[in-house]
Amino acid sequence: MASFTYTNVGIAGLAAAVPKQIYRNLTDNKNFTIEDAGAIVEKTGILERRVADDATCASDLCFAASEQLMNEMGIDRAEIDALIFVSQTPDFRMPATGIILQHRLNLPKSCLAFDINLGCSGFVVGLNLAYSLLQQDSVRKVLLLNGETRTKVYSFKDRQTGFLFGDAGTACLVDKNVKYGQSWFVLDSDGAKSDYISIKTGGYRYPSNPDSFIERERENGRIYSDEQGYMDGAGVFEFVITEVPRSIKRTLQFAGVEKEQVDYFVFHQANKFMNEHLNRKLKLEADKVPFSLQKFGNTSSVSVPITIVSELSEKLSGVNKVLISGFGVGLSLGTAILTIDNPWLGKISEI
Amino acid sequence: MEQFTELLEMEQPVKLNDIFREYENWDSLAYLSVISFVDEEYGIVIPREEFGKMKTVKDIIDYIAANS
Repeated sequence: MASFTYTNVGIAGLAAAVPKQIYRNLTDNKNFTIEDAGAIVEKTGILERRVADDATCASDLCFAASEQLMNEMGIDRAEIDALIFVSQTPDFRMPATGIILQHRLNLPKSCLAFDINLGCSGFVVGLNLAYSLLQQDSVRKVLLLNGETRTKVYSFKDRQTGFLFGDAGTACLVDKNVKYGQSWFVLDSDGAKSDYISIKTGGYRYPSNPDSFIERERENGRIYSDEQGYMDGAGVFEFVITEVPRSIKRTLQFAGVEKEQVDYFVFHQANKFMNEHLNRKLKLEADKVPFSLQKFGNTSSVSVPITIVSELSEKLSGVNKVLISGFGVGLSLGTAILTIDNPWLGKISEI
Repeated sequence: MEQFTELLEMEQPVKLNDIFREYENWDSLAYLSVISFVDEEYGIVIPREEFGKMKTVKDIIDYIAANS
């Protein structure tokens, strides 16, 4: 079992940045009537989301969040010994965007930097990696960046995906302190379902070609090209309502923590229908489960940290036990229980 | 049956031998509603391959009976 436990490592601070441009799902998607859009919005709960312009990449959102975090927290950049950039919308196929960010952020050359290609589970998996790097005496601080411009991935003409995704970036500073106590992670992969959420072309298995850019009408009137994201919504739903409750129960058991001892449950913001189903199934109290998807949509791996910044900034004073869970593309699933002790949380910046 | 009628927002009551895929408002969202309802009420997640074989409302009810 990929389960991990750590002592005295934790989240010192968290900042988020989003594009200025707001996209309103009810009125801005001209490919659908307002009635159709209304039925989808009612189910997904996503009223609006942020859309990056052509010139803005996920790395730019993470850059803005990182600058805010390090400047306002007064962090000595020489102490950042590793930078992890989690994204499936990087600047280039090579080199790794994390290495470009090491330079842009003025981090020392002695800093390890690399990318992780994961989506919705990416904050939990990235955080686990940051915690594990900090087991070394010589590693002092790790910067975990999660950035996505998912609106550039999916077709706005596809009713299953055209209303869900938003763009955002976060920066999370992880360091060592006895105040953090113990934390626990349980991580799973299910490659048998790798085609549930995917972009077919543009890699080396199926390189881009003139045909792959052509939008086609598919089953149920969905319109997208092979260069755009495909999602089997029903398959993902089945996976999530079966596996996520199991993962949460296993993590609680592994940690020896009772559900009632958890102050907040921060889930990947998939859509309201699925997330509310999870809440009912797990019998969670509504005020312990923050939602940010009505404002920012599904931002993939950014959704857990942006929900913390957006919804818990006034609630996370003092010491809190927080359970986080991310699930999706891969398929990949990760749950963690953390002690969060008076973190620095920035005000969300717009660029 | 009444619950299915409400769930699918049907104007006429749902009947046992109705082919549910022929309902005018049957779509992917209705599918999610049914899967979610059965999971919450009976603790059963109907696998997609199984659901694909079902034709009538009775098929769904029989599956729940056989698996609960």
